[in-house]
Amino acid sequence: MLFETLKLALASILRNALRSFLTVLGVVIGVASVIAMVTVGQGSSDQVIADVEQLGTNVLMVLPGQQAMGSRSMGERARPFTLRDVDLLLEAVPTIEAAAPIASGQATMVFGSENHRAQITATDARYLVASDWPLALGRNFTVGETQGGRAACILGETVREALFGASDPVGESIRVRNFTCEVIGVLEAKGASSFGTDQDDVVLMPIRTFQRRVAGNTDVATIYVAIEDGVATEDAMREIEFVMRDLRRIGETEEDDFTVMDMKQVASMLTGITGVLTGLLAAVAAVSLLVGGIGIMNIMLVSVTERTREIGIRMAIGAQANQVLMQFLIEAVALSLLGGVLGAVLGLIIAAVVSHLMVIPFAPDPLIILLAFIFSAFVGVIFGYFPARSAARLDPIEALRHE
Amino acid sequence: MPENLLISLRQIRRVYGSGAAEVRALDGVDIDITPGEFVAIMGPSGSGKSTAMNVIGCLDRPTSGQYRFNGVEVGGLSNDQRALLRRHYLGFIFQGYNLLPRMSARDNVELPLIYNGLPKQERVARAERALDLVGLGGRAGHDPSQLSGGQQQRVAIARALAGDPRVVLADEPTGNLDTKRSAEIMELLVDLRRERNLTIVMVTHEDDMAAYADRLIWMVDGKVQRDGPTRREVQDAV
Repeated sequence: MLFETLKLALASILRNALRSFLTVLGVVIGVASVIAMVTVGQGSSDQVIADVEQLGTNVLMVLPGQQAMGSRSMGERARPFTLRDVDLLLEAVPTIEAAAPIASGQATMVFGSENHRAQITATDARYLVASDWPLALGRNFTVGETQGGRAACILGETVREALFGASDPVGESIRVRNFTCEVIGVLEAKGASSFGTDQDDVVLMPIRTFQRRVAGNTDVATIYVAIEDGVATEDAMREIEFVMRDLRRIGETEEDDFTVMDMKQVASMLTGITGVLTGLLAAVAAVSLLVGGIGIMNIMLVSVTERTREIGIRMAIGAQANQVLMQFLIEAVALSLLGGVLGAVLGLIIAAVVSHLMVIPFAPDPLIILLAFIFSAFVGVIFGYFPARSAARLDPIEALRHE
Repeated sequence: MPENLLISLRQIRRVYGSGAAEVRALDGVDIDITPGEFVAIMGPSGSGKSTAMNVIGCLDRPTSGQYRFNGVEVGGLSNDQRALLRRHYLGFIFQGYNLLPRMSARDNVELPLIYNGLPKQERVARAERALDLVGLGGRAGHDPSQLSGGQQQRVAIARALAGDPRVVLADEPTGNLDTKRSAEIMELLVDLRRERNLTIVMVTHEDDMAAYADRLIWMVDGKVQRDGPTRREVQDAV
C-alpha cells in the first residue's frame, strides 16, 4: 500500500515535471546553500588549523585586552604594549627563546612611476625567525637597523611584483609616505591565507622606524613569542601572564588587560569567526528552505483542488480518509525530498568548485547532508499536512460533483 | 424485518439547509431491496433519486431514519467503516465514467484492489479478468482518452466489479451514450447480474433503460410515489 502510494506520488510528480521542478526550487536552493556554506566553512576551518599548526606548537601570541570570543571588554581599546615590555618579558622569562614586537598599518609604496598600497608589518629581525619565513633575496634586518630605526624594508612577493616587475629590487629605494626606505630583502611567496587574503601583500620594516615615521607613537600591538623546545606551553603561558601583570601593574583583584594565546587558541578564535559566519549564512539558507516549504504547500493546495474529482472517486471506491491523507502527504514529502537530493548534489558541486578556487580542502560532512535530507523531509511533512488534510476532509459527494 | 433483505431504508429523510431555505431532498423514504434484484429508480429532476442513491451508497448520511445494509445499521458506522463497506460490498458506475485520466484501463480497474491490500500479481490478474468480462481484454493498456465513451463505461463497470461487490450502484450509466451503446451496456449489466447474482440499483431518466430492470421505483418530491414491477416484468409474467 505504502509502495503503491509512493509510486503514485512519483507518477504525479513526473506528470507535471516542470511544475514540480519549479515547486522544489526553493528547497533545492535552501539545501544547496546550507550544504555549500557548511562544507566551505568546514574546509576553511580545516585550512586555518593546518596553517596555524604549521607555525609550530611552541609559538605564543600576547595581545592587549581580553580576546576571548564574546568577552565583555572585547570591543574596548586596551593599553598597547611598548618595546620595553618586550625586552623585559624576554629577560624575566628564561624559557622564552625569542620575542618579536609587532605593529601594523597600511601605506602606499612608490617606486619610479609604480605605486602600490600594502600592509606594513613592523617588527624586528626576530620575526622572520619566530615565524619561520625564509627570504628569497637579500638579508634580514640587522640589530643596528632595528635599534636605530633605520629606513630599511623587506618586500613581500606581491609588493615586489607590483613595484619592480622583473628587476632586482635589493639596494633600490622606495618611498613610503614621506620617507625613503632602502629595500634590503624579498620574502619568499606564501600565497593566500585561509581567509583569502594575500599574505605576500606586505612590507616589513623595523618597528622603531614604523613608530616614528608612520604611526607616530610607541605602541606595540602584538608580541610574538617563541618558547624553547621541550617546555610545556601551559607553564610558559602562566609565567608570561605573571610577568605581564607585573609589568602592566595590574592589581591583584583586577582582571588581565591582555591575553596570552597559543596557536591552538588562535586557531579556535579564527575558526570561531568562520563558524559565526557559516552559522549566519546557514540561517539565511534555512529561511530559503522555509520559503521553499511554503511553495510546496501552495502547489499541493492547487493539486488538491485540481484533483478533487479524483479524490471523490477514490473515496467512492473505498479509500479511507487516512489513505487519502497519506497519498498527498507522501507526495509532498517525495517532492520535498527530491528537492533535498537535487539541493545536496548542487550544494556539493558548488562547495567543490569554491573549495578549489579558494585552495582549501573540500570537506563534505555526511552528517550535514543527512541533516539536510531529514530537514527537507520534515519541510514536506509540515507543509504537506495542511493540503493533505483538506483533501482527506473532502465530502465524497461534493468531490464527485466537482468539475 | 425480513431476514433476507439486503438493503432496507425506513423513513429516510435528508434535509439540506434550515428555516425558509430548507430543502427536503428525501422526505420519509421506505425502500427494501432483496439480494439479486435489479431496481431502477426514476423521477423528475429534484425528486431525490440521486440523493437516495448516495444514501444507499453510503456516500451521504441521512438526516434521520434508519438504513440497514445486510442487517447492519449504517447510521452507527464511522466514516472509515463506511469506506470499508463501500470497498467490500459496493461498486459504483457513474454517468461521466469517472475514470482517472492518464492511467491505463488496467490501472483504473486495479485501483479498488490496491485499497483492498491485494498483492500486485493478483491485482493485475483480477483487473484483466474483469476487463475480459466487459469485453475489453485487448485494451487493458489504453488510457481512457484512447477509448470511446462506451468503452470507458465498460472500464468503469470492470472497476466496479473488480472488488467483487454484492451491490452495483449505477447513476445514469447510459446518460452520455447513444442508443446502441446504451443497449450494449444494459445488456452487459443484465448478463453480469445473472452470472454473479449481483444486486443492481440504477438511477435513470430513460424508460428504455429502466425497462431492463425488474422493478421500478418512481420518486416525486423526495417521496416514493410508486414501487412495482417494470413493464417488461409485467409482460414476461403475461
